[in-house]
Amino acid sequence: MTAYLGKRLLIGLATLLVASVVVFAILEILPGDPARLMLGMNATADAVEALRNEMGLNEGLLPRYLAWVGGMLSLDFGRSYTYSVPVIELIRERAIVSVPLALMSLALSTAIAIPVGVFAAARRGRPADTVAMAASQLGVAVPNFWFALLLVYVFAVWLRLVPAGGFPGWSAGAWPALKALILPSIALAVPQAAILARVTRSALLDVLGEDFIRTARAKGLPRGAVLWRHALRNAMLPVLTIMGLQFGFLLAGTIIIENVFSLPGLGRLIFQALNQRDLIVVEGIVMLLVATIVAVNLLVDLSYAIVDPRLRTAR
Amino acid sequence: MNPPLSEPEVSAGFLSRALANRSFVIGFTITAIVAAMALVSFFWTPYDVTRLIVADRMQPPSFEHPLGTDHFGRDMLSMIMVGARNSIAVALVAVGIGMGIGVPLGCWAAARGGIVDEALMRFNDLVFAFPALLSAIMITAIFGPGAINAIIAIGIFNIPVFARVSRAGALSLWPREFILASRAAGKGKVLITVEHILPNIANLLLVQGTIQFALGILAEAGLSYVGLGAQPPMPSWGRMLFDAQTRMVVAPYLAIIPGMAIIVTVLGLNLIGDGISDTLDPKLRRRP
Amino acid sequence: MSLLEIENLSLAIGGQPILKGVDLSLEAGEVMGLVGESGSGKSMTALSVMRLLPDAASAAGRIGFNGIDLLAAPEDRMCALRGDDIGMVFQEPMTALNPLKTIGEQVAEGIRWHTRANRADAEAMAQRMLERVGLPAERFPLSRYPHELSGGQRQRVVIAIACALKPKLLIADEPTTALDVVLQAQILELLRDLVVENRMGLLLISHDLAVVTEMADRITILRGGEVMEAGNTAETLSAQSHPYTRQLAMASMHVPARAKTHHAAGTGPLLEVKGISRDYPARRRSLFHRPERFRAVDDVSFTLAPAQSMALVGRSGCGKSTLARIILALDEPSAGTIAFRGETITGRDQAALRPARRDMQVIFQDPYGSFDPRQRVERLVAEPLHLLDKRPTPAERRDLVAEALHQVGLQPSDMQKYPHEFSGGQRQRLSIARAIITRPKLIVADEPVSALDVSIRAQILDLLADLNQRLGIAYLFITHDLTVARAITDEVMVMDARRIVESGRTADVLSQPRSQAARALVDAAPDLHRAIARRMREQG
Repeated sequence: MTAYLGKRLLIGLATLLVASVVVFAILEILPGDPARLMLGMNATADAVEALRNEMGLNEGLLPRYLAWVGGMLSLDFGRSYTYSVPVIELIRERAIVSVPLALMSLALSTAIAIPVGVFAAARRGRPADTVAMAASQLGVAVPNFWFALLLVYVFAVWLRLVPAGGFPGWSAGAWPALKALILPSIALAVPQAAILARVTRSALLDVLGEDFIRTARAKGLPRGAVLWRHALRNAMLPVLTIMGLQFGFLLAGTIIIENVFSLPGLGRLIFQALNQRDLIVVEGIVMLLVATIVAVNLLVDLSYAIVDPRLRTAR
Repeated sequence: MNPPLSEPEVSAGFLSRALANRSFVIGFTITAIVAAMALVSFFWTPYDVTRLIVADRMQPPSFEHPLGTDHFGRDMLSMIMVGARNSIAVALVAVGIGMGIGVPLGCWAAARGGIVDEALMRFNDLVFAFPALLSAIMITAIFGPGAINAIIAIGIFNIPVFARVSRAGALSLWPREFILASRAAGKGKVLITVEHILPNIANLLLVQGTIQFALGILAEAGLSYVGLGAQPPMPSWGRMLFDAQTRMVVAPYLAIIPGMAIIVTVLGLNLIGDGISDTLDPKLRRRP
Repeated sequence: MSLLEIENLSLAIGGQPILKGVDLSLEAGEVMGLVGESGSGKSMTALSVMRLLPDAASAAGRIGFNGIDLLAAPEDRMCALRGDDIGMVFQEPMTALNPLKTIGEQVAEGIRWHTRANRADAEAMAQRMLERVGLPAERFPLSRYPHELSGGQRQRVVIAIACALKPKLLIADEPTTALDVVLQAQILELLRDLVVENRMGLLLISHDLAVVTEMADRITILRGGEVMEAGNTAETLSAQSHPYTRQLAMASMHVPARAKTHHAAGTGPLLEVKGISRDYPARRRSLFHRPERFRAVDDVSFTLAPAQSMALVGRSGCGKSTLARIILALDEPSAGTIAFRGETITGRDQAALRPARRDMQVIFQDPYGSFDPRQRVERLVAEPLHLLDKRPTPAERRDLVAEALHQVGLQPSDMQKYPHEFSGGQRQRLSIARAIITRPKLIVADEPVSALDVSIRAQILDLLADLNQRLGIAYLFITHDLTVARAITDEVMVMDARRIVESGRTADVLSQPRSQAARALVDAAPDLHRAIARRMREQG
């Protein structure tokens, strides 16, 4: 198990390292001088030069790369060109919106998808299965931001149950803040849940066709007990893999959905920074998101090792 | 993943069995209609989408404008038709990039094994850590926004998807006895890949192709919506949704119509994919 | 009243009739052998008794068990019977156990379900049962997972699950078909002991007449879903009054007529294998240790003369298939050399191997996996022609394929068909046609008949023997089945634990084995002659 996890950890770190090189290289390709950008067009050449020295822009490629990576390791993502505050401050401010949003939608999509998938597999070919699968087929086809617009129209504009957008901040109390996140997380979760439900169903059906299911039935277990005791755990392996892959889509979805609901999260920040050419902020957020995706996939590997004894006993 | 070898009956009468599959027929019909709309838009649209007639702005669906008009007075039906062209083109080219690079990579890794295989898997890990949206953001940071960015970003994301599918399919075939027999007949890895591996994973690739096509349409809409895809005045479904957003209260149809266009197109493609895999899945068919 | 009474059982799956009026009865403490070739409906009979049929199946008739009509019993009644009064053992031990649960959990589960015993009691019972089937607690604690056990050990676990609650009826569906002969003998002995201990009724399903004869008191012969003959095993098989019974028995004991081998005098050996070893990297124990190596073939040497027919026999996992692949240059040895017609072929590149490949072809075991399902027979059989220096024209190619098909008893018109249009036996003929199309000097055959039904097997053995005579092709037969070795080879090598431990004339080695490994194989091999003779003696 340690060998397996050790290998996965090394791979994760290597992925991050290569990703950092890619992201850094993109900054290098870009035209334009960050120092000039920060000081504005009217600044003197001397002032720009002084700032360039201060920012370390006049040093060689490798020292700058190492300084950048070294900084990130100690959570120093540099200073924003436009706001002149540490990037980590900006990220921290915005993450308290994005992280709860991502977690809520992850929890919601799992809570919808797994029971629906199990239910459909258990009633394979019957009307309940057909309805569930038709609904999920539709869910897969719905763009999450369009679904978000629809939810806003129905629940905010029409029924006036929740705010149409914006975020009161956590200082306004937990409930108003959570309320502002309800529609966004539903919009994110439903299309994801549709995919996950389909995967759960087909993984379960695959497992239900295995020989050991027949062995369990020959033991005298009824269908239902076989499903819960034997099939579900085996079916979780492919489901976990898909959940790991989906996490990237979830983060991307978060970025888009924040724009629909005008939520002051990382997604809004990255677009503001993009429009203002504040690239060090863009880079910081991209690296952070990539690191999160890598970390989540490591977690998936870990849970694999917990579920599957064949990985646990390194032989 | 299970061995992709669809049972031999596949070679005979695949099309006739696919045509007997309800999902496939419905999906194919939908997709054909959308594709036809896109093609017709090259020669004819009900109205000219580049002409802005402010007097006609935001008219609900009527006899003259079956789907209404937008905030510039452009005919929505014409916009949807031209937008279909954009969506299909982006998604199709992105699938082409993914297949064109991913399939040879996957087959190569499966045939060579060892270091090559390991390197491919690590490359996959890397690309999977960059969702298409992040790539698009970075590409936009360099080159500025445009439809090409969307194609590249989605295309890059498709590469490991196809590499993975073809690698898994090829790996399950290489130890099979008919491949061993072919090796004993002195055929090299390239020849075996072309003669035996590719034909036997073609179905898998076809199914994955329809899935990625559908995902590409969704991704393109998302990118255009946030301004990273096709730029105005080029009509695109995602952009239309963005424009409709602030006008939801007065003209909800402006948001509903492009949304439905996306859903129907994606649904059509997914139904085709489902239909094909139902028709091919030997396990489903063997089950009496 | 019998323990199990099947009366006029008919079964159809999706309208397709599978069983037609099957009758069968079984007493407590009795072993009933159910014999038939593939497609005869024997497994479906077993699943009907268990009521574990596919959803689309519909059964009619009556299955009486202890006075209950199983076909009419409600599902919860069946659940109460399954695993308690009726146990079942399946063919494929590698996949019959849940890979994510310990063997203890899996054996104890049925005990807890039926007896409502607490965990500790159920586990104690499971432990005793595992010990009974030959998996003592010291070496096989309850916490073992299936992947830590071999195929034979897993089959013991499956038997422990089936017999944990001392069922009145045990159904064993080809319980030893996936195991080698030595394991087969051990598992059969275990089943026999359990029958005696618990006065169980055993319904033993097998395609192998010899196995059934050794085990069963009575026998039912099934063909195409109908009972051909049923009765006392010894009487039925010695009388062989039913033509199908006779046909099966003849096929099981079939030895092709072969003239004495004609060694071409004065020529050197065709194949010379010298000191071949093959190591594979094993799984890494940790990142910081070198991966360990695992040896599959250890220092093997032998020679094969032109037109000679030699068998390489051994238990599963002894390294014989690896050796075959190395000889065919599909795998590289770690040490040693192979010379073919006096020329070393090890370490050569593909281009340099072409002449050797042309004269050395292969036949595999699985008649279904041996052909690309997407190509027509013409292309498949012609594949080795790729090795000819001068590419034949399409017309020449068709002639060569037609000739090869003719040699193996197929029609030239078969060229335009796809492999799925052929039966298993015909596909094996196609394999042979493909192997002989370049007129090779040597054919390496890896278990070429073990996936075939006995009657088909006899035909294919005849064909192989005939080709050996007519075309002077030498054979290297890889097999675990001594009957095959005896039927078709002059010389035999016995391989055990990566090495060749004995070799000599087939008749000598099989009648008087010297090494322990060879003796174990010979003793364990089921033999129909011997089994019938013993049955007759027992019954006087």
